[in-house]
Amino acid sequence: MTVILNVDGLAKTYTGHGREVEAIRDLTFQIHKGELVCIVGPSGAGKTTLLRCVAGLLDSSGGEIELDGASVKEPPPGMAVVFQEYGRSLFPWLTVRKNVELPLREKGLGKADRRAKVEAALDAVGLRDSADAHPWQLSGGMQQRVAIARAVAYEPSVLLMDEPFAAVDAQTRADLEDLVRRLWLQLGVTVLFVTHDIDESVYLGQRVLVLSNRPTVVLEDVRIDLPDERDQLGTRSSARFSELRGHVYELIQLAKKGHRPASPPSAG
Amino acid sequence: MRRVLPALALPVVLIAAWWVASAGSTSFFWPPLRTIVEAFPRTWTADPLVNDVLPSLARLAIGYLAAVVAGVALGVAIGSSRTLRELSEPLLEFLRAVPPPVLVPVIALFAGYTGWTSKIITIALGCVWPVLLNTIEGVRSLDEVLRDTARSYRFGRVATLWHVVLRGASPRIVTGARQALSIGVILMVISELFGADRGLGAAIVQFQRGFAIPQMWTGIILLGLIGVALSGLFRLVEHRTLAWYRGLRQAERGA
Repeated sequence: MTVILNVDGLAKTYTGHGREVEAIRDLTFQIHKGELVCIVGPSGAGKTTLLRCVAGLLDSSGGEIELDGASVKEPPPGMAVVFQEYGRSLFPWLTVRKNVELPLREKGLGKADRRAKVEAALDAVGLRDSADAHPWQLSGGMQQRVAIARAVAYEPSVLLMDEPFAAVDAQTRADLEDLVRRLWLQLGVTVLFVTHDIDESVYLGQRVLVLSNRPTVVLEDVRIDLPDERDQLGTRSSARFSELRGHVYELIQLAKKGHRPASPPSAG
Repeated sequence: MRRVLPALALPVVLIAAWWVASAGSTSFFWPPLRTIVEAFPRTWTADPLVNDVLPSLARLAIGYLAAVVAGVALGVAIGSSRTLRELSEPLLEFLRAVPPPVLVPVIALFAGYTGWTSKIITIALGCVWPVLLNTIEGVRSLDEVLRDTARSYRFGRVATLWHVVLRGASPRIVTGARQALSIGVILMVISELFGADRGLGAAIVQFQRGFAIPQMWTGIILLGLIGVALSGLFRLVEHRTLAWYRGLRQAERGA
């Protein structure tokens, strides 16, 4: 399998007001084409910092990030980000359709091409009927669907999701999790999904990267050997799910206590 | 209809009160409203409309639009750059505190008393501040997540400026432009009070100096009517460009 995203020795130290805060010490992991990888860690583990560095929105202080073999210094062409704050990442002055279309226009796609991709993306997230509404006319879950449709239509090499469902209610959240699984299976996108929710990470991912607390390193790369066909009821009540969930839970508890791996684990 | 009626009710009552109260007036400076209304069509015939009112309005339009363009352009530049903001803030606070009418004689020194230039400069200098300061604030307070979104989808400069910065700041820009409009009308008149030969403001002053009191009153009423018409026009533009903002605000209140 080809490595699509390579994070090697990533470090990030914030400086300001005469203080230095070491958020990320040494992160190394790889994501292969077509994988769905979750990153989970205790709160304050620098998850968002990591994601912003990978997205090219934040300069790292050390290490290397490569997407499609090219070093990431600024937001790269093959990356799309779904932010946690769905209400603030959609353009309120544009309709749903225009929100999805604008990045495609900036990408230089022709009109017919754009229309087809927008229709397909809105169809895929079940928002065909809301194409001409404005985002603020939709519920929170639907707004996040728009953001997902926009990211999917962009056809990125890697789709980054930063705790995208942290701000929606539990039922909507379950629907959106299944939507991500379905889109991933149907479209074959590569997804890096950051969350603080242990259940969510195990339910969604093929791999779960558990982070230590700050300054952050990878505690363990947990392989989730659940079947590809997952459903909220069956999967979550299976014995294997409980085992994996328990394992990740223990790792998080260790992380909270400040446990760190003896030597940086190699990813893969 | 239901919205128009209350808006008209108060003016109608006030006009009626004025009419009744002034009906028997023999005061030279407070002529009966009836006399003023009768003087209106005789005063504002084609000649003063073409030679006084239209030039005044044209100068207002030029000065105002120049101020909006300059205010938005400068405001976007200053609002986007922290350094520029820190450099210019004290200066802007100082300049904005200077009342524009004070500048009329100074501007006249450079641009002459009688021509259009000094009047347009006066109007533009007065109108630019609310637009500029509101634009700076609007651009500065743009949502970080929106900026990140635009960056991560690699929006070009033009798209970022147009679809993100200007649209995002547009509610504040419109607020500034509305404040500027009323300042503009005031300065349109004031700029003509000093040594202008023709124009709406100059005409009113000439009526007053010639003791043509009912005519002077018609000029003041005409000014008021122009103000109402301009604010109506402004509302129309605002209604079209900021429909999304009203909806957003309503949705936020409902949630």
